[in-house]
Amino acid sequence: MTKIDTSGPEGVLPTPSHTVGPFYGYALPFRGGEEIAPLGHPDTITVHGYVYDGEGRPLPDALLEVWGPGPDGSLPAVDGSMRRDPASGGFLGRNGVEFTGFGRIQTDADGHWYVRTLRPGARGQNAPYLSMCVFARGLLVHLFTRIYLPGDATAAASDPLLSRLDEQRRGTLIAGDEGNGTYRFDIRLQGEGETVFLEFQ
Amino acid sequence: MTLTQHDIDQEIAAEHAAYEKRLAEGAPVEHHPRRDYAPYRSSVLRHPKQPLVAIDVSKDPELVELSSPAFGERDITGIDNDLTRQHTGEPVGERITVSGRLLDRDGRPVRGQLVEIWQANSAGRYAHQREQHDAPLDPNFSGVGRTLTDADGFYRFTTIQPGPYPWRNHVNAWRPAHIHFSVFGSAFTQRLVTQMYFPNDPLFPYDPILQSVTDDAARQRLVATYDHSLSVPEFSLGYHWDIVLDGPHATWIEEGR
Ligand SMILES: [Fe+2]
Repeated sequence: MTKIDTSGPEGVLPTPSHTVGPFYGYALPFRGGEEIAPLGHPDTITVHGYVYDGEGRPLPDALLEVWGPGPDGSLPAVDGSMRRDPASGGFLGRNGVEFTGFGRIQTDADGHWYVRTLRPGARGQNAPYLSMCVFARGLLVHLFTRIYLPGDATAAASDPLLSRLDEQRRGTLIAGDEGNGTYRFDIRLQGEGETVFLEFQ
Repeated sequence: MTLTQHDIDQEIAAEHAAYEKRLAEGAPVEHHPRRDYAPYRSSVLRHPKQPLVAIDVSKDPELVELSSPAFGERDITGIDNDLTRQHTGEPVGERITVSGRLLDRDGRPVRGQLVEIWQANSAGRYAHQREQHDAPLDPNFSGVGRTLTDADGFYRFTTIQPGPYPWRNHVNAWRPAHIHFSVFGSAFTQRLVTQMYFPNDPLFPYDPILQSVTDDAARQRLVATYDHSLSVPEFSLGYHWDIVLDGPHATWIEEGR
């Protein structure tokens, strides 16, 4: 069953998703996963928050991935997010100057996460945003959402996604400005204030 | 009230029957689990209740999600895909070789993408501090592997047959032996985290995580095939498992070039 026959013209059926489970913590997170911005870059922003379940409790075991463009809107094609040390097999961290655009963060015991990255630039008609993918024990299929930064009402009004949402739901996708380039973005998996999650077709 | 395997079996059967009924009434085949799948108790408070908001990727080539992060030789080491060689001694257990192709929905190989795996050791124990199962740890086995797919989309790992392990979804809950996989495609929309199982495991019908895939054919796609041609003489048994990434991707970008 699991040798997929690719000889036909009609395409093939997908491998089902499963939960990331509780024990990915020694495998997937890597050193510097949350530090995407090259050291000292002037366009660095910090985004942080909590991930909450349907009873408002923070998840201490969520895994978040962030993927976004640089300040000029271009998408990086450079590897090295999880550079390795061939001597020890461990993680070296990023090289300090290149921007890979990709980060991976595990929430801490309090359910808190942060990422330091570059302020994303706009692409096409879209207001600038970071793509975020949420994994957790209990979540059978990961969830996609977006982090939009506040402050540009014109861009938000013409964004193809934000403009389709009512004000309350739209608000779940826009980070709060805490000053000094720091933004708050909480993710609510279920219930009141539930975050808008996306399905790509 | 104690939740027994019998209770979970009945819930699994009810979910399966509900899916079959939807199919009979003309609903589409469900290749993935529903996020709301109560037999797996951890899902109850961790799934959204609002419908997902659909984004038609064909309308916008500029979407961030149509591209994917890059990984390269800097991100892996030479022995990352051999989990039996990561310590000074040999791990305990039956050595296996797991290999297959990474494909998109058109059946085309996905090249140069990152495949990550993690698993329990041969006794069914993860090298994770929060693991409560008291089976022995193996000082010669971490259970973590990484590789990049080759020019034909192939990946290959050498590892140890993982053991089944108990968990606390209900009384006497056991997970069938499995390897966790995390895979990237050419678009972030194709991101996949899943689990690979081994053929003929007697625990399949009892496991609410595997059974969360209610479509019988889709569930079979999570089970590797024993492949004698992958078995290495005097060394390991071979399993073949192809992975097909779902999610739209920008094929038209390549065609336009
Ligand atoms: Fe597991």
